[in-house]
Amino acid sequence: MTLFGIDIVLLLATTVAAGTPVLLATLGAILNERAGVLNLGLEGLMLVGALAGFVGTYTTGSVWVGVLTALLAGAAVASIHAYFTITLRVQQVVSGLALTLFGTGLTAYLGRPYIGIRTPETFGPVNIPLLADAPFVGPILFKQDWMVYISLALAFALYFYIYKTRPGLQLRAVGESPATADSMGISVTRTRYFYVLAGGALVGLGGSYLTLASNPSWLENISAGKGWVAVALVIFAGWHPLRAILGAYLFGGMESFQFSLQAAGSDISPFFLKMLPYLLTLAALVLVEWRAKAGRRQSNAPAALGVPYLRQDKN
Amino acid sequence: MLEQEQSANASTSPANSPVPAPILRRERFDWQRTAIGLLSPILSLVLAFTTIGLVLFLTGKNPFTVYSEMYQSAFGDGNAFADTLVQAIPLILTGLAVAVAFSTRLWNIGAEGQFFAGALAATAVALTFKGNLGFLTIPVMMLAGMVSGALWALIPGVLRAYLNVNEIISTLLLNYVIALFADYLIYGPWRDPKGFNFPLTPTFDEAAWLPTFGDTRVHLGLIFGLVAAVIVGIVLSSTVWGFELKVMGDSLTAARYAGINIVRNILLVMAFSGALAGLAGMGEVSGIAHKLQQGLSPGYGFTAIIVAWLARLNVAGIVLVAILFGGLVNSGYAMKSLGISSGFVTLIQGAVLFFVLAGEALLRRFYYQQDLKKILATALLGQK
Repeated sequence: MTLFGIDIVLLLATTVAAGTPVLLATLGAILNERAGVLNLGLEGLMLVGALAGFVGTYTTGSVWVGVLTALLAGAAVASIHAYFTITLRVQQVVSGLALTLFGTGLTAYLGRPYIGIRTPETFGPVNIPLLADAPFVGPILFKQDWMVYISLALAFALYFYIYKTRPGLQLRAVGESPATADSMGISVTRTRYFYVLAGGALVGLGGSYLTLASNPSWLENISAGKGWVAVALVIFAGWHPLRAILGAYLFGGMESFQFSLQAAGSDISPFFLKMLPYLLTLAALVLVEWRAKAGRRQSNAPAALGVPYLRQDKN
Repeated sequence: MLEQEQSANASTSPANSPVPAPILRRERFDWQRTAIGLLSPILSLVLAFTTIGLVLFLTGKNPFTVYSEMYQSAFGDGNAFADTLVQAIPLILTGLAVAVAFSTRLWNIGAEGQFFAGALAATAVALTFKGNLGFLTIPVMMLAGMVSGALWALIPGVLRAYLNVNEIISTLLLNYVIALFADYLIYGPWRDPKGFNFPLTPTFDEAAWLPTFGDTRVHLGLIFGLVAAVIVGIVLSSTVWGFELKVMGDSLTAARYAGINIVRNILLVMAFSGALAGLAGMGEVSGIAHKLQQGLSPGYGFTAIIVAWLARLNVAGIVLVAILFGGLVNSGYAMKSLGISSGFVTLIQGAVLFFVLAGEALLRRFYYQQDLKKILATALLGQK
């Protein structure tokens, strides 16, 4: 099936793949923000995950070791942000920006020897029996790689976890009203540390998809703003893991659409096409705020987002 | 602060005192506080460089060689220092841009994009009018750069003022958009036909070049930066509008109660901020490159955030820190000869910002507790 010289099935299949790193990063950020910690270091964390994933795979030859390295590196670097925002209670915005600079610089410095080397093993397609042969949806959803399936499963698991389990309720309580959570005997500090690290690990995982699947090699600044897109998608998704899927695939769709248009020999300058994903993300954000302004939808932002918690503070 | 003074008055003069209390009192100059306030950023810098030195050591580089090379290329001799000043010019202007916005807690992370907007508009003027405007060329380019930067910053400004769209994200996303637009122009319509297909515009007519000091590359932009610093300093500290911004930064609710027009001020602040960053972009194309080309900015707009924060939004501090960081950016070019990515400079910047934040957090405690042991305990264990 083709439209304007673009194969629609292929377009949708690459949409899913292009949206996966952003989906993982958005899920990680949702965990951070649900606990009340704003993390603007996503861009830096994704880069750290991307490099760690590459180095892990390059050294051992196994993508799964790469994935593990990325998870650990993401959590390790996120712990800096956790220390600054939770223990030292500094401005979360500035700490996040510092984390982005730090991650960008660290990966540029450490990654230099790896530039130009191909990732030895990458994620290949895994066909789901029976479903993969289904017309139309088969190639789009069921001939993807493991990480696509894992990211989707994670989105559903996190939805269940956040809304249907006791620890999920505690997580939301810490983000909405830490004083209440504290009086219920939940350690705000421990909870926040845990979710900043867990979220960081997921963002790192999202970054690793860039070097292990999307573009199988390490490049300086390989994330190219995807971390910032994830920051925006959290708001678009209303801090809801399932809506994050929609947001991430919308972004992925725009990204693969501009690639397909370029490949189809469009007259539009590729520079304008490359702007589309960023403009779409901004438009999505504007739409959400416009609807909130029109009173059609309440903002779902955790009430204590960005506010450091200190027991003697009166709320 | 006002409350403090009022309570001080109340305590020195009881209600029935025959002597009327002075209405305003100067705060006593606190030497200890000032000394610590100055020491903290210096200590932050030292700690940041020590930590990064450790990273260098662990990755098989000699930190002393790297740092002395960096120092030589930044402050080693007159020429090096001149080049450092050249790098400091856009940092002063973008640092002021960021500081104006930050003073009202508007997180304009888009100084980089507004810098490009200014550079593009100035280039458009230079390429369109060639030398036809004579001595007016430079003023028109400056105006175009500032207006363009202001307009680019007004997009997130309008979105924030009317729809409450988070300006951090919008300014950042727009950075990518304008950088791509600049690429489009230098690869497409503005490409120099005689440029051997390199992505750059033709060289401007000399009327569009900012004059330089002596035979250095230091250009008139330095004066723009210093004048802008004075203006921003006066506006923020001695005008009613500056006071309104401060109130907005401390509490939007209080500002609303005081009848401050928040929407108008958000728009004005973003425009002011964007204009300063746009002027920085104009200075770079007109004073240094004399054309638009790739790699116009090694991330001035982001370094500006650290400059502004390290200077605690104080304009004199911004000029000083900008020179220091100009040296850092300048030394980034020397890194390549040592086989180190120029991204190394970004790493140092991130580390400095972290240590500055930590220093501030611990300093805040010092004012309250005045007990070093307790502060160290806080740093390690958090405040219970």
